[in-house]
Amino acid sequence: MSDEILDHITNKEYEFGFVTPIESDKIAAGLNEDVIRLISSKKNEPEWLLNWRLEAYAIWEKMNEPTWAHVQYKKPDFQGISYYAAPKQKPQLNSLDEIDPELRRTMEKLGISMEEQKRLSGVAVDFVMDSVSVATSFKEKLGELGIIFCSISEAIQEHPDLVRKYIGAVVPRTDNFYAALNSAVFTDGSFCYIPKGVRCPMELSTYFRINEGGTGQFERTLVIADEGSYVSYLEGCTAPQRDENQLHAAVVELVALGDAEIKYSTVQNWYPGDKDGKGGVFNFVTKRGLCDGNRSKISWTQVETGSAITWKYPSCILKGDYSVGEFYSVAVTNHMQQADTGTKMIHLGKNTTSTIISKGISAGKSQNSYRGLVQINKSAEHSRNFSQCDSLLMTDRCGAHTFPYIEVKNKSSKVEHEATTSKIGEDQIFYCLQRGLDQEQAISMIVNGYAKEVLNKLPMEFAVEAQKLLAISLEGSVG
Amino acid sequence: MEETITNNQIIDIERSVLSMVNVHAKAQLDQMQWPTTRDEEWKYTRTGRITKESWMVSPIQSNAPWQSLQIENLDVYTIVIINGQFYSQASTLPTAAGITIDTIAPQERIATSFGHFFEALQAAYCTSHLRIVIADKVQMDRPIHLIHFNDGQKVLSQPTLTIEVGAFAKASFIESFGSNSTEQSFGNRKLNIHVGENAHVTFDKIQDLHDNDFLMNDDQVHIAKSAQFTINTLTIDGGWTRNQLHISLDGENIEASLNGCYLPRRNQLVDNHTKVDHRFAHCNSHELYKGLLNDRSTGVFNGKVHVHLDAQKTNAYQQNANILLSDEAQMNSKPELEIYADDVKCSHGSTTGQLDDEAMFYLQSRGLSPDNARRLLTTAFINDVLNHVENEAVRAHVIQRLEQEGLLYH
Repeated sequence: MSDEILDHITNKEYEFGFVTPIESDKIAAGLNEDVIRLISSKKNEPEWLLNWRLEAYAIWEKMNEPTWAHVQYKKPDFQGISYYAAPKQKPQLNSLDEIDPELRRTMEKLGISMEEQKRLSGVAVDFVMDSVSVATSFKEKLGELGIIFCSISEAIQEHPDLVRKYIGAVVPRTDNFYAALNSAVFTDGSFCYIPKGVRCPMELSTYFRINEGGTGQFERTLVIADEGSYVSYLEGCTAPQRDENQLHAAVVELVALGDAEIKYSTVQNWYPGDKDGKGGVFNFVTKRGLCDGNRSKISWTQVETGSAITWKYPSCILKGDYSVGEFYSVAVTNHMQQADTGTKMIHLGKNTTSTIISKGISAGKSQNSYRGLVQINKSAEHSRNFSQCDSLLMTDRCGAHTFPYIEVKNKSSKVEHEATTSKIGEDQIFYCLQRGLDQEQAISMIVNGYAKEVLNKLPMEFAVEAQKLLAISLEGSVG
Repeated sequence: MEETITNNQIIDIERSVLSMVNVHAKAQLDQMQWPTTRDEEWKYTRTGRITKESWMVSPIQSNAPWQSLQIENLDVYTIVIINGQFYSQASTLPTAAGITIDTIAPQERIATSFGHFFEALQAAYCTSHLRIVIADKVQMDRPIHLIHFNDGQKVLSQPTLTIEVGAFAKASFIESFGSNSTEQSFGNRKLNIHVGENAHVTFDKIQDLHDNDFLMNDDQVHIAKSAQFTINTLTIDGGWTRNQLHISLDGENIEASLNGCYLPRRNQLVDNHTKVDHRFAHCNSHELYKGLLNDRSTGVFNGKVHVHLDAQKTNAYQQNANILLSDEAQMNSKPELEIYADDVKCSHGSTTGQLDDEAMFYLQSRGLSPDNARRLLTTAFINDVLNHVENEAVRAHVIQRLEQEGLLYH
């Protein structure tokens, strides 16, 4: 393989590094009960939620950071983070034209111009700029169908019963260190409710973006699909370039009731740090879906190209009989990035099925790990799992690792796991060259083909951006 | 799950073998705890049942029926180890030049640091340390059969075996574990093998104990360049069995093969932890473990392949396949790959399932009873592993034992 191309890939700098100068309302760094009370009062929250946060804080104080992941980093100083930042002028908007021109330019640089989104794809974008939603589109159209799609703060005010019933139902506050922290201090996020039998006519989308220097982002997303409904939810992230490490500890909870289906797609491109590993986002996310009813389905698709450290395991609890869980992932690491990502499939109901396809690509001096759990419990008779974890190594200084856990507790289920690790074959490159492609095109085609199985699972509108991000992460490799 | 850990039994051990205590290891042991399911390496394997008993070192019982472990139609040198102690009167040792077998006195044992509790326990109260040295270029005319037999009340046997095979030498070993069925025993055996350059070594372990017995095997293998090494771990019977096998490929062009089969039933537990370290380029490792689990038994497989930086052109293959025959049985499989070199071919697979319904139907349509059909299929399944046992007499012995237990078709 041409060293020149690999050098080029390895030296590629982050393209989306820019800071939007919008005035922010930010509280002093540090975390204690008063900070939580302040966040809660700033958001005008009901008392039960304040108590819920304070309990979470008490749980968090007793917990230790997890150290089992195959990553190494300097622990963040949790007292050195400001836990709340909101744009000072929160505009009241009815149409996109009223939006802050600075914000518009930010989105245009990201290639997600709202007009285009609106015209081409019918995507409703809930754009989160530093923890507070500043623009929500297509809301009226969704409202006609009874679909609720708003920021979680708004949902707490307007639909407290739904929030109270489901928040923490899938990811309890005691789940892990970062979930507890998030429960105590979350500032915003998205909320989505699809009523019985409704098929959401468009892809719901949120772009998260860390903008204010030195603030951690603690998003909380809750998606509930009532019986027989369907929703496809898109989440995408890009973050501006900055030298200090930033912590991102989100919690995403999905609930699918009987016959409901949730498709959750993510493109993650937080700032990965420079090529010496300086800076970059710590992405410690807890994502979990509960297939509560019979014949429900939850599908996670992710394209992970960013973050200095990724610690993320989108999971499915298959509680309903005949429920289905899916996980499709492409994880690219470059430079000094470290990723420890995978999934958990917990089979509880009878005849439940899960599929795991994970494609890891390691370049530079990065470390890329797949860590997954498939647990077939005794009650999960006639269950089925298929897992495939492939790794592609681009240089001789990177690492690719696989840590699957497979636990089977009944005799009627079938579980298969396979993993391979290899580099791009000289013969594959030779073949492409011999057909008249240049080396760069050849690598691009091979990597693209390697990831295609997962990219194909992304919604059309998102697949374009995903390919763009893959191309940026491995410049010249992906067409 | 919390396990109560008491150190009572250690006092009993001390009283019985005071003269053997390695003070250095004992000091380290005092700082350590029995592993619990909170330890990642012991996530699925509980040690509580061992810690609740008081174990004693017993003297050699001259009438112990160790002969039951002998293999028919096989000419071997025999090393008999009763209750963890070398029983020279019953052993038949090779007399040819170039083969030395001796015991190492407690004071000569070099105390090092100990990675885990069982290792420190073993070193602190080692019951005997046997060393087998095979000189360069020696071609052994017959295998060495190491027979461990435990016979006594709550007997603790903790032998150490060190095997050094010289360059261009060829040797094969069979190691059998057995016990008196009416008593309880706890074996904690440590094995160190050094395979010299271009040497050829095979090692077959036959674990054939009873439901009352606990067996811990800690096997450390170092292989020098261009050597070939095969180890087969065949677990036929035993209440609690844990095999920790660590193979370090310390040179180029090594061929290593590690295979295992386990057929736990009733409340038995079999745990195979393997680690293959590819430290140099151009090595091949091939790993195949298969399990057949019945009743309320538990199986654990944790296989790790670690390809170090610059171990290019590595070829590592790992496969773990399991069949559950009962709803009460459970299998926990964790095949791991850790890879730091790019020009490698590494793959692993793990499957857990049940017998193929269609195959069962076909065999029954040809006149086999469901029971026989099941046994025919499981025999084919386990034979994949047994076929790696080169010595035909050893293979026949294992098959015969599995037939006796009603596990295979005959």
